[in-house]
Amino acid sequence: MRNQIEGSRAIAETVARCRPQVVPAYPITPQTHIVEAVGAMVKDGTLVPCEFITVESEFAALSAAIGASAAGARTYTATASQGLLYMAEALFNAAGLGMPIVMTVANRAIGAPINIWNDQSDAMSQRDCGWIQLYAEDNQAAVGLHVIAFRLAEALSLPVMVCVDGFVLTHAVEPIEVPSTEQVDRFLPGYRPRQVLDPDEPVTIGAMVGPEAFTEVRYLAHHQLNRASGRFAELAADFAAVTGQQTPSTVSTYRTDGARTVVVALGSVTGTVKDTIDEYDVPVGLATLTMYRPFPADEVHRALADVEHVIVLERAFAPGAGGVVSADVRMALAGTAKRISTVVAGLGGRAVTKASLSAMLDDAHGGRLPDLSFLDLRTDIVAREIARLDVDADATDRPIDAARIG
Amino acid sequence: MLEIRIHGRGGQGVVTAAELLSVAAFRDGHEAQAFPSFGSERMGAPVVSYCRIADAPIRLREPVSTPDAVIVVDSTLLHHVDVFSGLVAGGYVLINSTRSVDELGIGDLVDRSDRGRIVTVAATDLARHHVGRPLPNVCLLGAFAAQTDAVTLASIESAVTDRFRGPIADANVAAARAAYDAVSEGQHA
Repeated sequence: MRNQIEGSRAIAETVARCRPQVVPAYPITPQTHIVEAVGAMVKDGTLVPCEFITVESEFAALSAAIGASAAGARTYTATASQGLLYMAEALFNAAGLGMPIVMTVANRAIGAPINIWNDQSDAMSQRDCGWIQLYAEDNQAAVGLHVIAFRLAEALSLPVMVCVDGFVLTHAVEPIEVPSTEQVDRFLPGYRPRQVLDPDEPVTIGAMVGPEAFTEVRYLAHHQLNRASGRFAELAADFAAVTGQQTPSTVSTYRTDGARTVVVALGSVTGTVKDTIDEYDVPVGLATLTMYRPFPADEVHRALADVEHVIVLERAFAPGAGGVVSADVRMALAGTAKRISTVVAGLGGRAVTKASLSAMLDDAHGGRLPDLSFLDLRTDIVAREIARLDVDADATDRPIDAARIG
Repeated sequence: MLEIRIHGRGGQGVVTAAELLSVAAFRDGHEAQAFPSFGSERMGAPVVSYCRIADAPIRLREPVSTPDAVIVVDSTLLHHVDVFSGLVAGGYVLINSTRSVDELGIGDLVDRSDRGRIVTVAATDLARHHVGRPLPNVCLLGAFAAQTDAVTLASIESAVTDRFRGPIADANVAAARAAYDAVSEGQHA
């Protein structure tokens, strides 16, 4: 049954129905509503048995999650932004140790300058930590992805991040169907770990590996992570059969048939892109990446096979390089003659509007879209500041003064 | 699609108002979406929330920049924030004030708008009377239902009853009804 509820609430209820046994949590905007609600469900007996552990930092949250997972517990946590960065060391460990932890990332910009609003810089900065990364295009997708994430994680012994745009989705109240307890129980059996840390039957997890085998261990991690794409497709079909809810493919396409231009995007911006291209007078398609790690290169290649111009709409930015997702898309399309443009959009919560997207498509069709551009960049301000920096550079190097801008 | 923007100050229930409005619309059988302006909200600071009501699923995620309706929870914002920015021609305006539209000094708006669609209601007074606290948000939703017919009063009441418990819900429902009646009478006068 659909209910008009907040995204965070729907995610918390869904997670509770997945019966996590341990939830170590540390609050950070815009994720806090989720763990608050999970904590409340543990306290009032809705979610039992479950140990909700309030810890002193995000590093502790993920470290506790690794410990709980190693001891054989289904484990969940959530974070965002600086909190995810604070977890960075433990992120790699969780993946390397094969801990099937599920974590919601309520995507938010990273500082400095400090910014609490939505973009995807946080999760993108950790794309190489060995976790599976899934991105939700709306809250309905978010709830389904969380259920699938637990099964995917436990099937492959790998941790999964479910990335949900902070505020835009987490704080949106909209019609959402949270799968019922019966449906989740039918889809997601109890966690049966392959090995556990048990004092009565001691094993070592995470022993040191030297030069003679480290490359092979990494190679196998790559191999295992790459299995996630096919496995996700199977599980999504299974989930759809159990719940009647459609879940997105690793790469979903919209109006790509006959479109010479296709936008590639991740997350909630795809809704606004769909509305834009519905109203646009030239056929334009959309390819939505639900899975970003492992990168579904074959699916991307297929989805963009007949396209001339690919516009990668990036909700993150790699200073000194440009696009983040664009680099993966270029690899997937290597050897083809397609034009690929990177458009960085919606950094730090700047609204991505239909009007701006429509203007971007006008530029694309007029041959005016450069290889790298920034949607709605206030060119007067950056020109003024660049002029100042160039003059100053002769005297002394100074940092950019964020307070002068805005 | 009907797009609504709500302006008020932190602590006045601006975000809750958008949420309750979306719940009411959903109960009326519509698709609806509510979200806050994502600022660093704090008591007293200007706050904005948004609500969209439609008959097809809502995919659009941008803030409401060309509202069909504006609700002003705190009339002290009228001359500090451009609350009517982007308001469509013939759009609805609902202002929480004890004054009449002509007394508010919003002649510019009145001149370029459909005068009959600009309404004031003394929501804070009604809230004080019924709820015992100056929290005008639910009261304004009752007024909005009367002004626009975009949602039914019954659905507003059911959203409020689900969100709040016992006497607080009852008091807010009474406030919403009073505002609904006040605006209905004004429109038929």
